[in-house]
Amino acid sequence: MGLEAKLNSDGFLVTQLDAVVAWARKNSVYPMPMGISCCAIEMMASADPKYDIARFGSEVMRFTPRQCDLMIVAGTVTYKMSHVVKKIYDQMPDPKWVIAMGACTSTGGMYRSYSVVQGIDQFLPVDVYVAGCPPRPDNLLNALIQIQNKIGRTRARDFQNLKLPELNVIQNN
Amino acid sequence: MELKELISQKLQANFPEAEFEFSEYRNEFNVKFNKKFVNPICKFLKEDSELEFLLCEDMTAVDWAKRKNRFTVVYHIFSIKHSFRLVLKADVDESDCTIDTVSSVWKTSNWQERECYDMYGIKFNNHPDLRRIYMPEEFEYHPLRKDFPLLGIPGSLPLPKK
Repeated sequence: MGLEAKLNSDGFLVTQLDAVVAWARKNSVYPMPMGISCCAIEMMASADPKYDIARFGSEVMRFTPRQCDLMIVAGTVTYKMSHVVKKIYDQMPDPKWVIAMGACTSTGGMYRSYSVVQGIDQFLPVDVYVAGCPPRPDNLLNALIQIQNKIGRTRARDFQNLKLPELNVIQNN
Repeated sequence: MELKELISQKLQANFPEAEFEFSEYRNEFNVKFNKKFVNPICKFLKEDSELEFLLCEDMTAVDWAKRKNRFTVVYHIFSIKHSFRLVLKADVDESDCTIDTVSSVWKTSNWQERECYDMYGIKFNNHPDLRRIYMPEEFEYHPLRKDFPLLGIPGSLPLPKK
């Protein structure tokens, strides 16, 4: 491959540290599986050998938010549950990203009801929405690839002198 | 004697003032009575050795919206001895939106009555722990009432800050 050939002949290569960090970061996204209802089953299926989320370096699903940088909100978020989701999101270290998986999470879906939040973007900064009820695992993987593209574009200057809420604005651009 | 006749005879003999109405709908035997007698009637149906309605399967309410007696509280009880299901009904009016608890008879109805209180706002007298069971405790409304809008009342349930 090109990289090995370069290293073998010259013994070094020139790049930006920023680009290397972004490259490393996007290929080791640790998801926080916020599985609330049936979408979580498809999320689990995306980790099985057939769909294999490990191909994208995201097989390490951590059940503690402190080790994660991507929250996959999979399922119907009720008003009572919304506080839990937000609390877990707040515990994740920056920089962090959010996937709203499925119709319920994105818009309330078929639960047009007093108890269900009509879209988690009312209280969380969502990066990618996944359509479907529930979405197929390959659809979730597509969302992960989009998150990876987004992470690959981030540079250190995006985080300079910015407080957390503004950081989210930059990420959404 | 058939079980339905036995039940109606026993009830009428023991509670002559309870204003019983017996009916049958889709093979289920319905007994309607004055709400004042709900606790003694349930106790009797459970403890009578010939009936033994030991299981309170379900308990809920119906909101008739514009009817004079707005709510009907419904109990589905089951006799394992006879493999027989009985439906008990009692009307509750909005002006006096209370009924006696039967949680002293069947322990199950403790939570069922809490759900009924949460969703319809019917108060159960002498209930040991009458709190909301689904909705947050500071919520002011009763969602399954007919006058509650389907999408809820904006701002009545707090969301976390963005």
